Amino acid sequence: MNTRNDIIKDINAKIAEEFEIDEANITPDAPIFETLELDSISLIDLVSIVHHDYGIKIAKEDLPQLKTFGDLYDYIEARQA
Amino acid sequence: MNRVVITGMGLWSCLGTNLDAVRDALYQGTSGIIYSPERKEAGYRSALVGNVPAVDLKPFLHRKFRNTMPEAAQYAYMATRQALEQARLDEEYLTQHEVGIIYGNDSVVEATMVGLDKFRAARDTVACGSGAIFQSMNSTVSMNLACLFHLRGINLTTASACSSGSQSIGLASLLIRDGLQECVVCGGAEENNLYGIAAFDGIQAFSIREDDPTRASRPFDRSRDGLVPSGGAATLILESYDHAVRRGAPILAEVVGWGFSGNGDHISNPNVEGPARSLLNCLRNSGVQLRDIGYINAHATSTLIGDQREAEAIAQVFGDYRVPVTSTKSQTGHEMWMAGASEVIYSILMMKNDFIAGNINFEAPDDVTAALNIIPETRNVHFDQFLSNSFGFGGTNSTLIIKNA
Repeated sequence: MNTRNDIIKDINAKIAEEFEIDEANITPDAPIFETLELDSISLIDLVSIVHHDYGIKIAKEDLPQLKTFGDLYDYIEARQA
Repeated sequence: MNRVVITGMGLWSCLGTNLDAVRDALYQGTSGIIYSPERKEAGYRSALVGNVPAVDLKPFLHRKFRNTMPEAAQYAYMATRQALEQARLDEEYLTQHEVGIIYGNDSVVEATMVGLDKFRAARDTVACGSGAIFQSMNSTVSMNLACLFHLRGINLTTASACSSGSQSIGLASLLIRDGLQECVVCGGAEENNLYGIAAFDGIQAFSIREDDPTRASRPFDRSRDGLVPSGGAATLILESYDHAVRRGAPILAEVVGWGFSGNGDHISNPNVEGPARSLLNCLRNSGVQLRDIGYINAHATSTLIGDQREAEAIAQVFGDYRVPVTSTKSQTGHEMWMAGASEVIYSILMMKNDFIAGNINFEAPDDVTAALNIIPETRNVHFDQFLSNSFGFGGTNSTLIIKNA
């Protein structure tokens, strides 16, 4: 099982690469939508990374609770096998 | 009826990625064809291909825009930037006026394959990614360019195999002539990756002269053995004469006629009657006299039957007038969905610079192509009107006549 630090290190790198942003901008308190300049369609790419790397499918009804990267780390940590 | 003029051109091709480089390559008879070890390794029968430079859009476009653009749209973006700049159409003008786009494209094989491979591996449609749907539609080029350049007029893709680029110019010219649009971005794009035309290689249509890549594409020559695939993009800005004058745009040439026809028979074997009718329709629609055509840019792709059928059609229509003919595919290979647009640009570059680029690799005709006056080496000559042929699978034919300005 990945530690929270492992998760943060891994997913931050993947997100920075996929969305072409500076990894320093990905902090636990940073808002996901604004930081990644997401819309309802490009959000799919974040969902896809989490599914591909952790085997976790983010349910549509869960999306509203993922406001910050900290929320995302919590979500993955709680569901990883 | 409005006169229709061309005020901007842009290219991304195996002969160069700007107009000056392409003009020089045409004049010098440079070949853009290479041998690709990657294709051979992958299982291609013919590893010959046009050497089209990859595009790096990072300096120009944010990831969220690039995410929806397959290879053909990337080429088209670069070509369209050039064309808009030459036509002096900036962002401010485009956002305040109704400019349309009709662009030729007829495949999105790699983008479709990549998206579906991800879906099948993950057994999850989300794995396709957010850009996959936009990348895998045949109208991807026109839809991306329309959004990126703020084009608010007609937004349409012409998909008619190897006449797609030519038909885009023809259709746009009609809309402008009849006053439905004042200005339209036209062109054609062709993916040039490992997958786009793999199935085309499979039907053994390509030259296998792999030991001599630059001499493999030899339209009309008696020892031709098939076409050489290539790709890239070509963009032209068409607008009404009055619109161009009002804007102070540089008028490069005029579209004086478009003709088209369908063969209505075999899906891959061309005939003579269909192309001949396309030529005649174009001549009739333009009102141009045969002997005023100073040059024909032939469709000829370097296939045995296709080149013969076109030679017969041209000879039939032009009779005893030995109009100079070349196929620039001898240098570029077959740019397919892009070809009808790129070859109009190649011919305009010749017309504006007083030369006809030689049909390289033409050493001797066969019994049928001997009917034509094929120019084997670059000739310094002035001409003011040319005719450009484009024919495609399914028997779709398009002919344009362009006049100097």
